[in-house]
Amino acid sequence: MKRPCLLILALGLTAAMPVHGDEIWVTNELDDTVSVIDTDTLEVIATHPTGQRPRGVTFSRDFKRLYICASDSNAVQVMDPDSGEILHDLPSGADPEQFILSPDDRLLYIANEDDAITTVVDTATRKVVAQIDVGIEPEGMGISPDGRIQITTSETTNMAHWIDTQSHEIIANTLVDARPRHAEFSPDGRELWVSSEIGGTVTVFDAESRSELGKIRFALPNVRPEQLQPVGMKFSPDASKVFVALGPANHLAVVDAASREVLDYILVGRRVWHMAISPDQTQLFTTNGVSGDVTVIDIASQKPVKTIKTGRFPWGAAARPTP
Amino acid sequence: MNGSFATAIALAFHATMAGAEQIRIDMIERRVTPPPILSNMIAPPGDLGVAGARLALSEIAATGKFTGQEYVLHETVVPPGAPFLPAVEEVLDDGARLLVVKASAKELLQLADLPAAGDALIFNATAQDDRLRGGDCRANLLHTTPSLSMRADALSQFALKKQWTDLVLIKGPNPEDEAFAAALRASLEKFGMALKGEKAWAFDANMRRVASAEIPLFTQDLPEHDLLLVADERGDYGRYVAYNTWVPRPLAGSEGIVPQGWSGVVEQWGAAQLQGRFRDAAGREMRSEDFGAWAAVAAIGEAVTRSGARDVEGLRDYLLSDAFRLAGYLGTPLSFRNWNGQMRQPIPLVTERAVVGTAPLEGFLHERSELDTLGKDLPDSECMQFGATQ
Repeated sequence: MKRPCLLILALGLTAAMPVHGDEIWVTNELDDTVSVIDTDTLEVIATHPTGQRPRGVTFSRDFKRLYICASDSNAVQVMDPDSGEILHDLPSGADPEQFILSPDDRLLYIANEDDAITTVVDTATRKVVAQIDVGIEPEGMGISPDGRIQITTSETTNMAHWIDTQSHEIIANTLVDARPRHAEFSPDGRELWVSSEIGGTVTVFDAESRSELGKIRFALPNVRPEQLQPVGMKFSPDASKVFVALGPANHLAVVDAASREVLDYILVGRRVWHMAISPDQTQLFTTNGVSGDVTVIDIASQKPVKTIKTGRFPWGAAARPTP
Repeated sequence: MNGSFATAIALAFHATMAGAEQIRIDMIERRVTPPPILSNMIAPPGDLGVAGARLALSEIAATGKFTGQEYVLHETVVPPGAPFLPAVEEVLDDGARLLVVKASAKELLQLADLPAAGDALIFNATAQDDRLRGGDCRANLLHTTPSLSMRADALSQFALKKQWTDLVLIKGPNPEDEAFAAALRASLEKFGMALKGEKAWAFDANMRRVASAEIPLFTQDLPEHDLLLVADERGDYGRYVAYNTWVPRPLAGSEGIVPQGWSGVVEQWGAAQLQGRFRDAAGREMRSEDFGAWAAVAAIGEAVTRSGARDVEGLRDYLLSDAFRLAGYLGTPLSFRNWNGQMRQPIPLVTERAVVGTAPLEGFLHERSELDTLGKDLPDSECMQFGATQ
């Protein structure tokens, strides 16, 4: 009689206090799902259906809502990450590919890839606040830590468009190399990094003067130079390094943030797109589109520790601490 | 979609009133009466080629909106039967210096050799003749469509990679069929293969049955093979060969697995976006001819934006330099060979519904660029007009 009782008690505890760790959420572009990875076990613990062709993904600051660019559904979906249910859609404009949330948690800046527009949506009122004409195929979305400047990069026009978030007008356009994919401010807000997929470079700007500080190039033995196609970028937790995903070169570059020199290359899965850092800041997760998996990298040693199979064409990634 | 393009163009014009510089690009099309083919189901689209130029213009105009250029596309059509040279002379006299041309090799050379074209830059958007990149190359003539030998090399790489090396060829009676067949034979030799057999398809008046009944017998006496190559560049009889052959074998060449400069089934590397824009603008799938014209106009825009040059010579120098890299939605940046003016471009091997592979295939290596495994390479080049040496 005693044993079954204990067992029931144990089961009850498990249900009440989930034992899993933090989470990495990954959009699967060709499966119309998000995969949830447990950062302790490094296993996929849940898969939730989304709208069509999910790509960009991010959490609200309180991690209570997950925003998903469902590109072919022409919507940004808002998911309850606890239940995996879609709560509602936000008006996103056509074909949303990437977006960025303002530091005050209020506005989403959305790149409408097919319409050459940046759409600004108020997540509270669910209304479009502004639409800004940008270059063709907008994709990379960055925002300064103080929220004053939003950057949209356009892949075909090859520019970083600097948008004033007060007036919602473009205040400057800076040319970068071909097919800019991603824009990332340094955590101190002083630099803007823009990756150019076809140009094969990362351009670093001084955020204040918008002048070019330098350009980073990549080289790997036995990899064709044309295959070194920088896409996603992520600053390391201490901001001393920048991880740059090199697409079909199947590697990440580790760049020294100060000297802008490439320190190392890390082998990951095929056609690496984007990254997320675990909430405890020890692990980096990369989405590998072609191989359909996620590579987990130990940030301290800069070594890959595991590959996790997800859905087809994992694209975006976002982290959430233990709920 | 269309709406946003209209906006972009309108804004560009707006900027002009505020003093933007204007850059003129001319699209010249020699229209021909399509030759008769067995199937009368599909007529070639009337805007084949020019639709690509128009799309690229709208794209570079959007860039120009931010960088202070207004691009204008002048379209000239030379109707079937009308003389070509007076028409293009008139365009040159009118001030055209950046020309995107859809015409035959002969007409391209006539144009390039005009005194008034001496300081012009001509982009061959559609002619695949290797001689234009070889002995008959011209310093003022660049090529944004792949040559026959590039297409043939793409297919040879595929055959070799699959180890489908027992090959036979059937070819049609037209000069372009023989030209493609010759390119295939030369390419197979380059990659260490050879045809095991070859037959000429002669669709003559004595034929009493439909093609589908004729094909099994026609292919019955071919030597044993892995892959049946078809040279039928007009799209005449080739479509009836599949599934009617004596032995069940895949087809490649003009039918089956087709090496193409572009196709509506290319979707990777952001191509889905380009295809979507093209479909919205033209109401049909984008083809190689459209891509050739698109790439030419896109290259001009890229050179204008990046080089700062505003003269034809400066633009040409930049286009032929190592600095030039065009995002062409084929996974690898496009550039120009500085020894013959041919654009380096990956070649998709396509079926009607999918990309089977994209050449250069993995494993075909080159000291300079793997794209140079496709087509005549520098050491074999007969082109002497570009002055580039290894």
